[in-house]
Amino acid sequence: LPPVPLPLLSLQIFINNEWHESTSGKKFPTYNPSTLEKICDIEEGDKPDVDNAVEAAKAAFQRGSQWRQMDALSRGRLLHKLADLLERDRVILATLETMDTGKPFLQAYFIDLEGCIKTLRYYAGWADKIQGRTIPVDENFVCFTRHEPMGVCGAITPWNFPLLMLVWKMAPALCCGNTLVIKPAEQTPLTSLYIGSLIKEVGFPPGVVNIVPGYGPTAGAAISTHHSIDKIAFTGSTKVGKLIKEAASKSNLKRVTLELGGKNPCIVCADADLDLAVECAHQGVFFNQGQCCTAASRVFVEEQIYPEFVKRSVEYAKKRLVGDPFDARTEQGPQIDQKQFDKILELIESGKKEGAKLECGGLAIEDRGLFIKPTVFSEVTDNMRIAKEEIFGPVQPIMKFKNIEEVIRRANNTEYGLTAAVFTKNLDRALMLASALQSGTVWINCYNALYAQAPFGGFKMSGNGRELGEYALAEYTEVKTVTIKLSQKSP
Amino acid sequence: MKKQGSDSNPATVLPALPEPLKDLKIKYTKIFINNEWHNSVSGKKFEVFNPANEEKICEIEEADKADVDKAVKAARRAFELGSPWRTMDASERGRLLNKLADLVERDRLILATMEAIDGGKLFPTAYLMDLGACIKTLRYCAGWADKIHGRTVPMDGNFFTFTRHEPIGVCGQIIPWNFPLVMFVWKIAPALCCGNTVVVKPAEQTPLTALYMGSLIKEAGFPPGVVNIVPGFGPTAGAAISHHMDIDKVAFTGSTEVGKLIKEAAGKSNLKRVTLELGGKSPNIIFADADLDTAVEFAHIGLFYHQGQCCIAGSRIFVEEPIYDEFVRRSIERAKKYTLGNPLLPGVQQGPQIDKEQFQKILELIESGKKEGAKLECGGGPWGDKGYFIQPTVFSNVTDDMRIAKEEIFGPVQQIMKFKTIDEVIKRANNTNYGLAAAVFTKDIDKALTFAAALQAGTVWVNCYSAMSAQCPFGGFKMSGNGREM
Repeated sequence: LPPVPLPLLSLQIFINNEWHESTSGKKFPTYNPSTLEKICDIEEGDKPDVDNAVEAAKAAFQRGSQWRQMDALSRGRLLHKLADLLERDRVILATLETMDTGKPFLQAYFIDLEGCIKTLRYYAGWADKIQGRTIPVDENFVCFTRHEPMGVCGAITPWNFPLLMLVWKMAPALCCGNTLVIKPAEQTPLTSLYIGSLIKEVGFPPGVVNIVPGYGPTAGAAISTHHSIDKIAFTGSTKVGKLIKEAASKSNLKRVTLELGGKNPCIVCADADLDLAVECAHQGVFFNQGQCCTAASRVFVEEQIYPEFVKRSVEYAKKRLVGDPFDARTEQGPQIDQKQFDKILELIESGKKEGAKLECGGLAIEDRGLFIKPTVFSEVTDNMRIAKEEIFGPVQPIMKFKNIEEVIRRANNTEYGLTAAVFTKNLDRALMLASALQSGTVWINCYNALYAQAPFGGFKMSGNGRELGEYALAEYTEVKTVTIKLSQKSP
Repeated sequence: MKKQGSDSNPATVLPALPEPLKDLKIKYTKIFINNEWHNSVSGKKFEVFNPANEEKICEIEEADKADVDKAVKAARRAFELGSPWRTMDASERGRLLNKLADLVERDRLILATMEAIDGGKLFPTAYLMDLGACIKTLRYCAGWADKIHGRTVPMDGNFFTFTRHEPIGVCGQIIPWNFPLVMFVWKIAPALCCGNTVVVKPAEQTPLTALYMGSLIKEAGFPPGVVNIVPGFGPTAGAAISHHMDIDKVAFTGSTEVGKLIKEAAGKSNLKRVTLELGGKSPNIIFADADLDTAVEFAHIGLFYHQGQCCIAGSRIFVEEPIYDEFVRRSIERAKKYTLGNPLLPGVQQGPQIDKEQFQKILELIESGKKEGAKLECGGGPWGDKGYFIQPTVFSNVTDDMRIAKEEIFGPVQQIMKFKTIDEVIKRANNTNYGLAAAVFTKDIDKALTFAAALQAGTVWVNCYSAMSAQCPFGGFKMSGNGREM
C-alpha cells in the first residue's frame, strides 16, 4: 500500500474548525512501533490550548448558538455524513491507524473502521429520539422532564483503539447536543487529527468539536481539572481513572464516566464446544496484541478437559503469525511502545519465577523492535501476578477448576469487573453464570461480541457508567424536571 | 413536601392534626447492625440537643470507622449471592417497603414529635408534610420493586443480547439534618427497591428518627444486614464510608463543600459510584403579568419554609421593575406577621435554626448584607434569649455582587432584586455555580416555556415553588449535585 501523503494530514491543534500551533511553540513526535521510526511531529497542546478549546466549545454551546438551535434531526444527519466520509477515507484512516499503533492493517480496516462507521450511524439515529417523560405527579400540576445536553464534554482517549474509542465518545456526545474537547493519546494522535478535517468538511459548526493533542499530566490534567468542562469521559488505566475522578471532584464536580482495565475471566465448561472455546479464548486474549481492556486474561478450564484445552491452545498460539502489520498474513503486530513492552516481559518473567508452566513463547521476537512471541502459561494459580495483574500483552494464563461454585468465587475475586465469558451448552448453567458473574458484559459461547447497540462498561473498579447502546445517552444528558401549576387538577 | 399551593386544591385530604406527644421517650440510642442494637466499639457516645431551648435530649452511641467496618461486613453478607435478600422475589421486596410505610403511618405521631424536637421543625409541618412525604415515597418505591426492567437489544450478528439492571451492592448513605426522616427515606427507598443493602449515617445533629426507623425496619421483616445505621460525625464515620474499599456506592445530601470531599474520596479509594444532592442559590423570577398575590406567597414560603434551611430555598428573587415596589411591600407585610417559638406549640410559625454554627453563619451573612448596602426592610437579628432563633429578614435593593446574593445562607433571609429584560434575567439567574432549582411566575405561555428551557436548574417551577413529589426526579445541574433522586 502506498504511504499516505502527509500534506493531507494537519498535525496541529484543532479549535473552532481551524488548525492552530501550540501556545508554547512545542511539538512532540509520534512513532511507528513496527519500524521504531518517527512518523512526524505534532503541535503539543498544554493548559493554554485546552483553555482556548474550552472557550470555543463553550461559545458553541451558548443558548441561541447555531449548534443549540439546530434541529435534532439535522444533528443526526451530520453524524451520518461523518460516517459517509469515514467510509470514503476508510483506506487512509486504516493506514494511519496501522502506522501509528502497529495493529494489523486488515484488522484496522475491517474491525476498527467498521466499528467507527456503525457507531456513528447508530447514534445518528438516536439524535431526534432523546425523549423526556410526562409524569403523573400528585395534585394539580403538569410535570415533565427534559433530557438536555450536559454542555462541554472532555474526552481523553487511549492508544489501543484510538479512532474507535474516540467515536464511542464523540457519537453519543454530539447526538445529545454537547460540544467536545478531545485529547487523544500521545502515542496515537494521527487518526483523531484526521477526523478534525472531516468534522469541518461535514459542516459541524465551529467549536462543536475541538482536538488538543498532548500528554496526560499536562493537557489531560488541564481537562480533568477545568472549571468550565461539565463532564469528562476517559478510557485508560484504572490508576489514571482514579486521578481523573479525584480531579473532577476537587475542581467543579464535573460528571465522570470511566472505562478502565480488566482481568477478564473466560470460563470453559467440560460440555463446551471445545474448538469454539479454544478459538474464542485464543482470539479473546491475543487480539490487538493483547492490548484490550476486554482481554481474556484468566482462562478457567474445567478439570476434565484441561489437558486437551491447553494442547489445542498452544497449537493456536504457535501458529499465530507475528510480523509487519501491513502484510496481509500478519495476525499480530508490535506492542505500542517500550514501556508496555518492558512491562509485559517483566510479567512473563514473574510467571516463570512464580512457578507457572511456560508452554510456548515467553520472550521477545527479535533483538530490535517491540514484537513479543504469543505466550501460553498453564498450571497457573490465582495468587500469581500473571493471574492478578492486567498484562496488556500476548500472554494467555490457563487455570483449572473443579465445580461451578468454586469458579464463580474465583472469577469474581478481583477488583476488576469489565467482561466475562462462559462456554457451555447447558442452558441452566449459562444463565446461572450470567447472573452470578460481577461483570459489565457476559459473553456466552462467544468473545468480543461488541456492537453499537449493546451497552458496555465496568462493574467495580473497571469503570463508572456505560458506553454504547441507549445507556450512553444517560451519560451525556442532564435531566431537568419542569413542574407547572394549573388552576385545577386535570385528568 | 407540598406548600401553600396544595391548600387551594379541594381534592387534597390531609389527616387531622393531633397534638404532639408529651414526654416522648427516646428508646433507640445505639448503633443498628444486623437488626441488632450495638454499643460503639470505642465506648464513646455523643449528645443530641433540642435547638429550641439548647437542652440535651439524650446521648447516642458514637459510630466511628470500626463500627462502619462492622456495618459494611453485615451489609456485604446480606448482599451475597444466595442470601435471603438476594433470593427474595422482587415483589416481596416491594411488599416489605409497603409494610414499612404502614408502620410509619402507625407511629406517625411518635416520629413527627421526635423530628420536631430533634430538628427544630414545626410540629404541624413535621406531621403533615415530612411524614406525608416519607409514607408516599416508601409506597412509590415499593411499587417499582418488581418493575426494574432490562432490555433485549437487536445486536448485529447471530447473537441474543439482553441487559440486566442489577443492584449495585452495598450503598453508603449520608443524610443531612434539615429533613432527617425524609432524606433517610429518599435514600433507602430506591436503594432497597432495587435490591441493594445499605449503611446509613444520619446527621449528628438529628439521629433520632433514623434510629427509630431501625426498629421499624426490623419489625417489618427486612433480613438482618439489609439496613444498618451508624450515627456519628462526618470526619469520622462519614469519611469511613466515603473511603471504604468495600462500599460500592455513596449517596450524600449536604453542602457542596463536603460533596466535593466525598467524590474525591470515592475516586481515591475504589471508584465507588457517587450521587450528590448539594446546595443551591435558586432564582425565583417574577414577571409583571404574574398573579401578584400568588407570586408573593410562593416566594415567601419558597424562602422561609423550615427556617430557610432548604437546599431549594428561593434565595434570589428577581422581580420585573414595574411591580418591584409593590412586591417588596407585600413581601415585608407577609414576613412581619410571624410568631416565633417552641415548634411543638400551636400557633408558632417559625422554629429555631439547627445549631450554633448555622445560627452564627446566618447572622454574619445578614451583617454583610447591611454592610454591603442592601436595604434591610425587616428583621435583621436574633430573637429570644434561648434557642437559635433568628427574626424573619427581608432585604431589598440587593445587587448580584453582594455576599447575600451569591452565598447560600440557609436561614430566614429573603433577597429581592430588580430586573428589566428577559435576556438579562436569564443571564443573571444562570450566573452561579449552583443549579438546583428555579421558578418563574408569568401567565404568558411563551415566557414560561422559554424559561423552562433556558434556566440551568434541575427543577424549574412555573407559577409555583417547592412543588415536589415522589414521582418527579430531583437533582442539580452544575455544582448543585450529580445524579437524580426520585
